[in-house]
Amino acid sequence: MKPRSLALVGAALLTVVPMFAQAQVLRVGLAEDPDILDPTLARTFVGRIVFSALCDKLLDVDEKMAIIPQLATSYQWSADSKSLTLKLRTGVTFHDGEKFDAEAVKFNIERHKTMAGSNRSGELRPVTTVDVIDPSTVRLNLSAPFAPLLAALADRAGMMVSPKAAKAGGANFGTAPVCSGAFKFVERVAQDKIVFEKYANYWNKDAIHFNRIVYTPIPDATVRLANLRSGQLDFIERAASSDIVKIAADPKLKVSKITEIGYQGITINTGKSDKAQANPLGRDAKVREAFELSLDRQGIVQVVMDGEAVAGNQWVAPSSSFYAKNAPMPKRDVARAKALLKEAGVTNPSFTLMTATTSDAQKIAQVVQAMAKEAGFDVKIQSTEFASSLKLADQGDFEAYVLAWSGRADPDGNVYSFLACKQPLNYSGYCKPEIDSLLNEARTKLTTADRIKAYEQVAAQMQKDRPIVYLYHRNWLWAYNSKLTGVREVPDGLLRVEGLKLN
Amino acid sequence: MFVYFVRRLASLVPTLVFVSILIFGLQQLLPGDPAQMLAGEDQRPEVIEHYRQKLHLDKPIVVQYGYWMGGVLQGDLGESTRTQLPVLDLILQKLPVTVELALLSMFIALLIGIPTGVISAVKRGSAWDHGATVFALSGLSMPNFWLGIMMILLFSVELGWLPASGYVSPFENLGANIAAMIMPAIVLGTAISAVLMRHTRSSMLQVLAADYVRTARAKGLNERVVVLKHALRNALTPVITLGALELGALLSGAVLTEQVFTIPGFGKLIIDAVFNRDYAVVQGVVLVTATAYILLNLMADMAYFLFNPRLRH
Repeated sequence: MKPRSLALVGAALLTVVPMFAQAQVLRVGLAEDPDILDPTLARTFVGRIVFSALCDKLLDVDEKMAIIPQLATSYQWSADSKSLTLKLRTGVTFHDGEKFDAEAVKFNIERHKTMAGSNRSGELRPVTTVDVIDPSTVRLNLSAPFAPLLAALADRAGMMVSPKAAKAGGANFGTAPVCSGAFKFVERVAQDKIVFEKYANYWNKDAIHFNRIVYTPIPDATVRLANLRSGQLDFIERAASSDIVKIAADPKLKVSKITEIGYQGITINTGKSDKAQANPLGRDAKVREAFELSLDRQGIVQVVMDGEAVAGNQWVAPSSSFYAKNAPMPKRDVARAKALLKEAGVTNPSFTLMTATTSDAQKIAQVVQAMAKEAGFDVKIQSTEFASSLKLADQGDFEAYVLAWSGRADPDGNVYSFLACKQPLNYSGYCKPEIDSLLNEARTKLTTADRIKAYEQVAAQMQKDRPIVYLYHRNWLWAYNSKLTGVREVPDGLLRVEGLKLN
Repeated sequence: MFVYFVRRLASLVPTLVFVSILIFGLQQLLPGDPAQMLAGEDQRPEVIEHYRQKLHLDKPIVVQYGYWMGGVLQGDLGESTRTQLPVLDLILQKLPVTVELALLSMFIALLIGIPTGVISAVKRGSAWDHGATVFALSGLSMPNFWLGIMMILLFSVELGWLPASGYVSPFENLGANIAAMIMPAIVLGTAISAVLMRHTRSSMLQVLAADYVRTARAKGLNERVVVLKHALRNALTPVITLGALELGALLSGAVLTEQVFTIPGFGKLIIDAVFNRDYAVVQGVVLVTATAYILLNLMADMAYFLFNPRLRH
């Protein structure tokens, strides 16, 4: 054999040998590096992907966003809806061998509520006390009925960490987390990798078919995809929409498209600062209506997301059971937009649209600028680095802002903090007491039918006031090795490891 | 000369203090609030307040600097507010990676740049010279990230010869380490080699026209001896300066290249820290980079003495 062919064969062998070992390792490419791996302090979406393998929660959600058991096998609201009794799974242990029981649940809920810097205290605000009924029964007592509690317990606020490890780790628990999920923490090199190992005593271990998971943050979507195509990764999240056609055509790869529970929209300053009154868009609801009517949502979806999104006009997608059918999506109507502007007495309103520097946000701003121009709007685009834009939004130093929201399982998580008076994410500065009472009503009623009555009224008012112009709901685009089976397409965009297998 | 060396080393401390004050001040000028960035998506007011107090953001800037400097003097560079990992650990993890990439790239740059520059100068006007100029121009004008992605697509995706990403420590697996580093080193090295080549060429051309080179030729010396022993040694002085500067720049982390090849080095660390307003990380990295720069310049100055005996006094 010639030396060169020998070298090629050698190189080929080198690639084959690791493949046998890799059947046991799942290699996942993330779009960002997660933040602190402590469910109480964590604050990023990408961290939740990693948590889904590391930390089990009291409850979970399924493909239809219905609440299903995980560490809690069943739940029961009291007659007055002011307490929630949970029956816990028996025989569950934390990664350090400690028992999971009602005392552990009490510890965790109190930790989420009281730890300095906790990001979960808002989600659990109505929970006043936790009672241990017996080792496998716990009761959460509330100050008022609170429907979003179930969804909160199906997310980070329901994640249970080992009380022993939490006490030992203190504020730095997140550097070596100990939970009760399918995999346990091995090591983390910032911006390089997060390595987990199978937890031998996991309660659902039969559903786990990997020995290790390695998460690698790769911010650039092209590079992430190249790693998947070269076989170095088995799964990537947030593939670029412009790459989807190419990926779907590759027989070695598969694509999952899941409509998110969040949204992309434009927030308008209607009362956050003086700028609201100084600008016709912020001042006059008719001008905002004209602005919405000048937009072709389907066109925006096509250009910005290559069709990989679902147009929407509310804080939940049209397919959601909480979508208010009395407030349907308007079609583009430039003539009516012009007429409205004439009625409002401003034929060429001008405003500045603040946007992040990500390519999606930039594209949205450019498309919106072009579409709105046809109705007479003069939109100036202001690209702002994220940290700065956050500060400006918080101070009300903007007129309109392209802003997305990652979404929460309960519709309350998509609307309360944005539309209720003086809430942290209410950058619009929108404040109407009747809306506040409707949103509070929707929180305290427990059935979908009752809650949607309140949301329908909110949606009807939104069609008049329009502090936020919702545009669309993105598709989570996952690309993975076609030999990977058991991929569950849950709209929260988190990869679940139970049932995942590489054949 | 020893006194000179010690004096230069001693000036390291006040320089670093000055640099740290400068960077601290500049960071404060950046718009955006670190406490807000740390509060994440939900922007809970109690979380923002917690971080404002934890990071002493409510105190005057001089006090904040005092807290930081106090920690440094005790060997504590603080912790990354984003991940809670100690800054010193982050630096120690990533510094060897960046140093290795910098040295490999510099090696490739010198290997290609200096010989090409010499040949280009000696055979001025010939096909060699023109070829080298074309190479230099393309090296300078090709964006690093584009070249990097092209190489990944060819060598990793199409041919499967090299890994598309990742870093393995050379102590763990030398072969895997080289496989992971070779492409980024080539991307960075070729860009720098273009610069080195141009400088070597112009410096050589100047030196080759000097009187002592004419004398050496007149003495009947072999052309190779004239070029390499007499001309090149003198021509290298500006190239050494340039090389030291380039190496310093490499040590601060080649951000785009690291991003493309997913190399966990300084570049990514500092860029993310700036965007997340992770002040402690930025301060720590800047200190280390400034120290490296100063030491490199000192070594370059020492190297002049080596190459040019006339400077030894």
